[in-house]
Amino acid sequence: MIELSDVTKRYPGGHEAVSGLNLTIDQGELVFLTGHSGAGKSTLLKLIAAIERPTNGHVVVNGQNVGRMKRPALPFFRRNIGLIFQDHKLLYDRSVFDNVLLPLHIQGMTGTDAAKRVRAALDKVGLLKKEKTRPITLSGGEQQRLCIARAIVSRPALVLADEPTANLDDAYARDIMDMFRAFNEVGVTLVISTHDQELIHRYGGRSVNLAYGKLVT
Amino acid sequence: MKAWLTHHLHSLKIAAQRFRDAPLATLLTILVIGVAVAMPSGLYVLLSNLDRAAGGVKPQIELTLFLKTDVPENKSKALAADLAKQPDIAGVVFISKAEGIRKLEAAGLSDITAGLPENPLPDTLILTPQQTNPEALDALYNRLTKLDTVQQVVMDADWVKRLTALMGLGKNLVLLLAALFGLALAAITANTIRLQIYAQQDEIEVAQLIGATDRFIRRPFLYYGGIQGLVGGIAGWLILLLGGALIESSVAQVATAYGASFTLNSLNLAELIPLLGLSTLLGWLGAYFSVNQALRQFAN
Repeated sequence: MIELSDVTKRYPGGHEAVSGLNLTIDQGELVFLTGHSGAGKSTLLKLIAAIERPTNGHVVVNGQNVGRMKRPALPFFRRNIGLIFQDHKLLYDRSVFDNVLLPLHIQGMTGTDAAKRVRAALDKVGLLKKEKTRPITLSGGEQQRLCIARAIVSRPALVLADEPTANLDDAYARDIMDMFRAFNEVGVTLVISTHDQELIHRYGGRSVNLAYGKLVT
Repeated sequence: MKAWLTHHLHSLKIAAQRFRDAPLATLLTILVIGVAVAMPSGLYVLLSNLDRAAGGVKPQIELTLFLKTDVPENKSKALAADLAKQPDIAGVVFISKAEGIRKLEAAGLSDITAGLPENPLPDTLILTPQQTNPEALDALYNRLTKLDTVQQVVMDADWVKRLTALMGLGKNLVLLLAALFGLALAAITANTIRLQIYAQQDEIEVAQLIGATDRFIRRPFLYYGGIQGLVGGIAGWLILLLGGALIESSVAQVATAYGASFTLNSLNLAELIPLLGLSTLLGWLGAYFSVNQALRQFAN
């Protein structure tokens, strides 16, 4: 499903966030990206989601060469990916419900069908009762769960999560990991970056360790 | 189709929401656009009123033909009758040599005329042309000077030419002003949209990350720009009406002083609709330019 061959990402100024990386992730896998901060975990996720483009090498997702993708094709590619951000990137000027509705709306889905799917997603993350509130009134864990609801509402086959459990206490973190495992069990491919080793031990799955932009085996 | 429609309605709703969120800024922008619209269209209204006024006062232009002194009177009369039949001549008055000298005597110049050995005056024809535009007058003048029996043609049409030239200048001025203020209108809109984009940066970024097309992001801004242009155009029209109402009484006074009755006309529907269309289009264009600039900058 995801294939990186000899991928290098060099930022202006010469810093190499990812160097000569080779990695294959199959459909339905649950993969943890680990490593110290600055090891290139976030950059790797951004390369897969076509938020960044590789300086060298190929990033192929679902048979599409992401690095060479033309700008007009990007939105349609991203609709197949659920993105979960460390800083949530929620929109605070609208309700919880409208935040989750946005991806569906972007895809041209409106009305009762869309509302049903929004409520199903909110139900999965346990925020159904808060659909009318503003995200700013939610706790950190709830905001992260809202971000997850937004990522899964369009039922993507691939979910990328950047440090989803950072800044959360243990109980919340476990909540969220349980949720991810449930998605994985229904066939969703998940790539999760984390520096929480204990979490990985507890949940198993494949672990990909990065250090200074390279794979450590 | 239904999805497309709800989509547009939603964009419209977002645009309306943004107006409501910043009522004062919106009002000021609309006022500025209104002034920008009112300037050239005000000049246009003024000119078309002037044109109408000038058309209403039919200028009495006369051409005076002095015939050669050796032309016999019956030939002169025949020429007068011949000219009177021509389509571009409204009237001909024949003044014979004898009549001319009598008029001079009547004017109190009998001392001079009495001392003359013979009547030195030629037969004279005074023509009133059918049309008073400079081209027609020039054509007529040229034709008359070529007649064998005519010594000299005198025409005082300079002021007609001047008025026409001034009107032409005014029309060009309207076009120039319209272009300048149109540019200003687009620039004003582009600027307000740019400020809005900064305010909506988070939303645009998130929307791009979760698969929004440029078109999707652009649409509410385009609606905003278009509506702002339209409402600004209406404001400009209202400014015009207000200005017209304010000077109406003084215009009437001037008209009475010249012994004419004259009412000020504002824009008619055939002029108003293109004006509003244009201001809407310019607002839309300004927004388009601004959003595209921003989308290229974010581009992730």
